[in-house]
Amino acid sequence: MERIPILQMGEFLLVTIQVDMHDRLAMALQDDLTNRISKTSARGVLIDISSLEIVDSFIGRILGTIATMSQILDAQTVVVGMQPAVAITLVELGLSLPKIRTALNVEKGMELLRASVGRRSKESGNGRAKR
Amino acid sequence: MAVQKDEVMSVTSSADIVLVRQIVRKWSVELGFSLIDQTKIVTAASELARNMVDYGGGGKLRLEALSEGIRRGLRLTFEDTGPGIPDIDLALKDGYTTGNGLGLGLSGSKRLMNEFEIYSRVGEGTRIAITKWR
Ligand SMILES: Nc1ncnc2c1ncn2[C@@H]1O[C@H](COP(=O)(O)OP(=O)(O)OP(=O)(O)O)[C@@H](O)[C@H]1O
Ligand SMILES: [Mg+2]
Repeated sequence: MERIPILQMGEFLLVTIQVDMHDRLAMALQDDLTNRISKTSARGVLIDISSLEIVDSFIGRILGTIATMSQILDAQTVVVGMQPAVAITLVELGLSLPKIRTALNVEKGMELLRASVGRRSKESGNGRAKR
Repeated sequence: MAVQKDEVMSVTSSADIVLVRQIVRKWSVELGFSLIDQTKIVTAASELARNMVDYGGGGKLRLEALSEGIRRGLRLTFEDTGPGIPDIDLALKDGYTTGNGLGLGLSGSKRLMNEFEIYSRVGEGTRIAITKWR
């Protein structure tokens, strides 16, 4: 079966969705990402959806599940590049995606990931210093 | 109101849901809808096509280009011969699902379109017609 490629960049995983995903392809991406996070101990996942022309309740649910799964595996997920028309439609559809962090583009998304991962390493460092 | 053009396609699999999105996009572009309206129509169509596949055992989509005076519209009718919906008011509530969805397909597609008509009988099937005018 066709699969969406997952790239590794240091401690982050990068996914660019370039096709109109049918439901099984989206489910496969969810499973593949979960496996890759646990195998590589990645600290962050960046999903670029700038080519997606719609996000319906199914894709929205998949993105939410990916975010929850990555959180459980101690990684952050950022979704980047949502087209304005898609964002407007999502709101009217009633999908709020509360758990998903978003950024305008890949660059901003990477900054967000680096900042949040960096901050969390520092926090645990402080905790250790206190004994 | 006149029907300028129509077409029927069968929708039975998740691959067909992708085809529905493509053909509905094409018709929305041809009818001159704005990008935002195209996105709303395609999203609503994707929701109702998936419901038909997931709960209705598959069915048919009829596309109709409408004209009424100077306004033009797109009507999409989804029809299946599945189990039907016992309580339509309940099914139309945000968050109500009998599967493992978010329960937003019906209520959300109603919000995204100008008209939403639903007819369903237990044991006979479900027919939902949605229309957007421009
Ligand atoms: N064509 C249909 N035939 C039979 N039952 C249906 C049909 N469409 C919807 N339903 C019923 O109505 C409920 C609500 O549908 P709706 O699309 O709003 O939510 P969902 O499909 O459960 O979740 P979501 O669409 O958010 O992924 C469904 O769970 C199902 O029980
Ligand atoms: Mg649904």
